[in-house]
Amino acid sequence: MSYLSEDLRQKILAYLPRYPSKQAVTLPALHLVQDELRCVPRQAIVEIADLLDLSPAEVHDTMTFYGFFREEEKPLGRTRLWVCRSLACALRGGEELLSDVCQKLNVKPGGTSADGKITVEFAECIGGCEGAPCVLINDEHRMNVTPDKVEGLLADLRQ
Amino acid sequence: MPDYEPVLLRRVGKPGSQSIDGYIADGGYQALEKAVTTMTPEQVIDTVKSAGLRGRGGAGFPTGVKWTFLPKGHPGPIYLCVNGDESEPCTFNNRVLMEEDPHQFLEGVILTAYAVRAWVAYIYLRYEYGRSFRVLQQAIDDAYAKGYLGYDIFGKGFNLQVYLHRGAGAYICGEETGLIESLEGKRAWPRIKPPFPAVEGAFRKPTIVNNIETLACVTHIVQRGPDWFKSIGVPPDPKNPRDAGSYGPKLFNISGHVNKPGTIEAPLGITVRELIEKYGGGVWKGRKAKGAIPGGISMGIITEKEFDMPLDFNGPGKVACLGLGTGAVTVFDEETSIVDVLYNITRFFSHESCGQCTPCREGTGWMYKILDRIRRGQGRREDLQILDEVAKNIGIMPGTTICGLADGAGWPVKNAVQKFRDELEGYIKQGKKTTSLTLVGAH
Ligand SMILES: Cc1cc2nc3c(=O)[nH]c(=O)nc-3n(C[C@H](O)[C@H](O)[C@H](O)COP(=O)(O)O)c2cc1C
Ligand code: SF4
Ligand code: FES
Repeated sequence: MSYLSEDLRQKILAYLPRYPSKQAVTLPALHLVQDELRCVPRQAIVEIADLLDLSPAEVHDTMTFYGFFREEEKPLGRTRLWVCRSLACALRGGEELLSDVCQKLNVKPGGTSADGKITVEFAECIGGCEGAPCVLINDEHRMNVTPDKVEGLLADLRQ
Repeated sequence: MPDYEPVLLRRVGKPGSQSIDGYIADGGYQALEKAVTTMTPEQVIDTVKSAGLRGRGGAGFPTGVKWTFLPKGHPGPIYLCVNGDESEPCTFNNRVLMEEDPHQFLEGVILTAYAVRAWVAYIYLRYEYGRSFRVLQQAIDDAYAKGYLGYDIFGKGFNLQVYLHRGAGAYICGEETGLIESLEGKRAWPRIKPPFPAVEGAFRKPTIVNNIETLACVTHIVQRGPDWFKSIGVPPDPKNPRDAGSYGPKLFNISGHVNKPGTIEAPLGITVRELIEKYGGGVWKGRKAKGAIPGGISMGIITEKEFDMPLDFNGPGKVACLGLGTGAVTVFDEETSIVDVLYNITRFFSHESCGQCTPCREGTGWMYKILDRIRRGQGRREDLQILDEVAKNIGIMPGTTICGLADGAGWPVKNAVQKFRDELEGYIKQGKKTTSLTLVGAH
């Protein structure tokens, strides 16, 4: 019995024809696993390595370079909310937004609300600077998140 | 200057701007048909070369010239890597191009692959651009269905596969060899050059890396011809034999303390002041500007007095900035503390250094720590001197690092030490103290 579902294994294998090397499927595989399991457990690393003819250490090495992937001790909540702290946002209240969101959810950046619904992260520029301060809900921008809109945003994400 | 008619943004904001049928109805894919059915790959390269197109990703390297660096008569495979990592702070024009008019850019990808004889193109897209990812995937599927991608395109034996490859939130993946390493499934550690990617790139094969806006320009150059492209922008400086000119339209992002942040298109050579006044709606709250970053934070910092500088490939250098960069202008008003601005910028680079070269890893960390202590009222008299020394000694230019991230990290710091010395010294002397995270000018 493998740890990864057959469906997930097939999805990973479907990427192989795109690249001349199996290792190139590492990032797609990590994304597929984390999207479904909300983290990349150790056993998943072993099985990804097996599918791609790599050593688990190689997969782990790549994975931990990108702060993006979570180990099993720190899984993501249902929604990942990234609050931008880079210059264009900071000039329009990005830092206040980050601390406001953290306070309202009683978490530090990186943490997940007690109900497991929202993980808050700080982000460096997410490319939505015309709508500063800007956040990313998983991978979709929401712009112009002024202080009056924070409650509404969090209510949406708690639903 | 008479009002300029946008080309790259001409379809943006119109209904159906994303659909392939709408694009074809507006004359789309004619350039591709013309190239594949009537031109050789070499003729396409010559066309782009004679247009004088220079890369829009930050370095400004002449695009057609880069393509000729591929080994002659190579049996293949040759790869095209499209740089959609767009992570330079305050930059978002690639996002607009991908989300709003995906086929204009995709046509440029196919044209470029034809010109450089690539069989596979990978579009490396930063993970944060989820909407771009979905819009582009649809566009790619539609292009396959219509026969613009796949096998035997226009019955001419030209084959091309295009794949989207999503990143995972690291700025360094925008550096072209970091991008290639990341594509290969490794940590995004930039490679020592040479060899340059055109000789040995993705999967150790010859590879061309180009920016999204660069490729969108290729579509129009093939469609309208090099003379059209050269009728826009700034010709080479006759006094500088090495200047390749600044031809063509360019997208500019305006953000920060302006009334109307956004993306606009103008000929290269527009001044920062014009951009802010004419398109950005002026500085917000009736205030004056203190300064701006001229093309992403890596390019340095300019003062309000330098706003008449033209945004072309030469202008920023004349006010001691690194270059044109991404054409992203972020304005900060007179109430903003330069200490806060620098704190924010140095924090970014210390967070994003890939850690491979000691001068960059340590230097970016030190600059951030020094700014942090200055900001909290514990600045020392020698701090500006240390900042200046670190900033000037990390990077490719002083020859101490593998990639240009470190040059970009040092530039705004040394610009600020030079251009805002009085304010910085005053702050340190007074023992001013900021404990809140909030930038002063945010209110
Ligand atoms: C630290 C660093 C980050 C970069 N980020 C990007 C980026 O996000 N997008 C981009 O197109 N080029 C970026 N570049 C420039 C690329 O290395 C490369 O020059 C460019 O993609 C080439 O395309 P072009 O000639 O079409 O501009 C970056 C360079 C450095 C040193
Ligand atoms: S200069 Fe900095 S970012 Fe570039 S390779 Fe060296 S450590 Fe990495
Ligand atoms: S600075 Fe926040 S989205 Fe660019």
